[in-house]
Amino acid sequence: MSGFAKAIRARLPGRSLVIGAPYLWLVVFFMVPFLLVVKISFADSDTTIPPYTPLFTLDDDSVLQISLHLDNFLRLFSDDPIYLLAYLSSLRNAAVTTWFCLLIGYPMAYAIARAQPTLRPVLLMLIVLPFWTSFLIRIYAWIGILKDNGLLNNFLIWTGVIDQPLNILNTQTSVYIGMVYAYLPFMVLPLYATLEKLDVSLLEAAMDLGARPMRAFWAVTWPLSLPGVVAGSLLVFIPAVGEFIIPTLLGGADTLTISTQLWSEFFANRDWPMASAVTVVMVALLVVPLMLLQRAQARAADGAAS
Amino acid sequence: MPIPAPPQNLNILAKVSGPVTHPSVRDSEPWRDPSAEAHIKIDHLVKIFGDTRAVDEVSLHIHRGELFSLLGGSGCGKTTLLRMLAGFVTPDAGSIVIDGQDVSRVPPYERPVNMMFQSYALFPHMTVEDNVAFGLRRDGVEKGEIKRRVGEALDLVQLGTLAKRKPGQLSGGQRQRVALARSIIKRPKVLLLDEPLSALDKKLREATQFELRTIQEQVGITFVMVTHDQEEAMTMSTRIAVMNHGKIVQVGKPNEIYEFPHSRFVADFIGSVNMFEGRLKELLPDHAVVESPEAGGDLVVGPTGAQAPGAAICVAVRPEKLKLSKSGEGLELPNRLAGRVRDIAYLGDACVYHVTLDSGKIVKATAPNLGRWDDQPFVRDEAVTVGWAAAASILVDP
Repeated sequence: MSGFAKAIRARLPGRSLVIGAPYLWLVVFFMVPFLLVVKISFADSDTTIPPYTPLFTLDDDSVLQISLHLDNFLRLFSDDPIYLLAYLSSLRNAAVTTWFCLLIGYPMAYAIARAQPTLRPVLLMLIVLPFWTSFLIRIYAWIGILKDNGLLNNFLIWTGVIDQPLNILNTQTSVYIGMVYAYLPFMVLPLYATLEKLDVSLLEAAMDLGARPMRAFWAVTWPLSLPGVVAGSLLVFIPAVGEFIIPTLLGGADTLTISTQLWSEFFANRDWPMASAVTVVMVALLVVPLMLLQRAQARAADGAAS
Repeated sequence: MPIPAPPQNLNILAKVSGPVTHPSVRDSEPWRDPSAEAHIKIDHLVKIFGDTRAVDEVSLHIHRGELFSLLGGSGCGKTTLLRMLAGFVTPDAGSIVIDGQDVSRVPPYERPVNMMFQSYALFPHMTVEDNVAFGLRRDGVEKGEIKRRVGEALDLVQLGTLAKRKPGQLSGGQRQRVALARSIIKRPKVLLLDEPLSALDKKLREATQFELRTIQEQVGITFVMVTHDQEEAMTMSTRIAVMNHGKIVQVGKPNEIYEFPHSRFVADFIGSVNMFEGRLKELLPDHAVVESPEAGGDLVVGPTGAQAPGAAICVAVRPEKLKLSKSGEGLELPNRLAGRVRDIAYLGDACVYHVTLDSGKIVKATAPNLGRWDDQPFVRDEAVTVGWAAAASILVDP
């Protein structure tokens, strides 16, 4: 290696560059915009462009004046319960979605992990295949399936199970169906990754020591697959809280979520500071439990250090 | 199905540090007595995977208190046989009877059998204590009793102080002990061991071989062990079954297998052997004469079996039975072959001499290093005579 290249190498520590690149990306495209949103959330709405009052002003005597408007946050929790209801209904949507994804996704992931090794890539492919079609189109397709004279109702009437079409579309049920459908792969994939690594001889050992198959599952497979359960649940829960398209397309007029609320503050009411406050609270709602969970996981990993 | 309680004299952990009180089957050799009831009866057991007969018509009787080894190369069917005993593999034909109960179709969780897995299969999310207690908890044993028996089992394997650790925090040898404690705590009628020492380094393995034997005699459980390591099998076993291509080719005590192999395969597989192909020339009451062009002359073999004169046969003789001498002096032996030292492998405790015979065949002869290295009796290229007694060799089928 020439002396020049060596000198370059000494000056450019490659490792920190590699690690630094994603951090830089996150700072520029997440941290900075988010701080701007935080800043706007402390302003008051105005008819100027941009439509909010400045946070920092210099008056004639060159005195810096900082005006923090906290009423956006106060409004979230006081006079109008609509925000609180929107938060709660978003969290409930996400929780129900996560629960059903786990209920359906765990057996799927288990079956794929225990399938013939040659069959596994095919089954995984089938899980990922829907991503090849636009998300929006797939949700529109559900309208065609769930509407009063849609595929599902026609099929049920044809088989004679029902004689009047079920009213599913534009209800909470159709929102759940759409969300579980859309988020299922995010549950199956991390679950598969943990279950596939699970040593089958552990199950054999449990059975050898007198555990029936179900007992062996709860004593061995389930606790050892918890990291996958947690990862999958987070991957489903977090985006599900902020989900906008599915409640808008499949939900009824009365479907209230934090994302639809955000949309109407921003575009209908043109109240940027209020919309920002809604966002800041939502991020806080998601980040705090996430950090607690991560701390708990780190502690558990410490205990089982190998 | 309830598992009958083991008889009281099998109560493990009762006399942990005391001397072995019941007579060892090593001395009583119950397998010599045709009227003795075997503890495990394997009868014409067959398992077919695809188009391979992994276990092919295996019949075997194992007696109470034995430490029985299944020995063979990879793919010989020994592990499949062990897994059929454990219940993880269902036989295609034949039966397994343990202590009078036919268990061929009994699921693993209802068999009076426990297994120690090759990789130990310790539950990584449980402490040592919980791992060992697992089997007792499944049986609904009362809490105080579990605590007492787990304590005893951990003391037996000298791990009492590590009860609260997780398997990830233990060394390989400690994990092996946890696995042993976990597998004997239910006082099974039979303990199956799948390559129990293969994950340990050589020094630890040698120490553990004797320890495992001692523990086995203390707890009085019948052990059936699978191994590919012949030294391990020889050191520990009461008897060994050598397997090849899904069949048992020979069963016997370690010294029987070594000194009286029935076939060329067994002679070759166990230890090192010199093999001379030839033809049986004369069969006399106390010895046989084999004409072997490979040896460059006739060989005299000690008392032999029922081969017919004229049959193609092999003479097998172990390297340590060969005596080397300069120009044949002092070798009053019936078999004497001249040759030249081709190579010497120094092993520390012994030397292996590779001797090219006048016939062109290369034989191996082992001699203990009684003196120091500079007393080395033979050098490379030296002309020597190789000799052995008639009884030192054995006839096997080619």
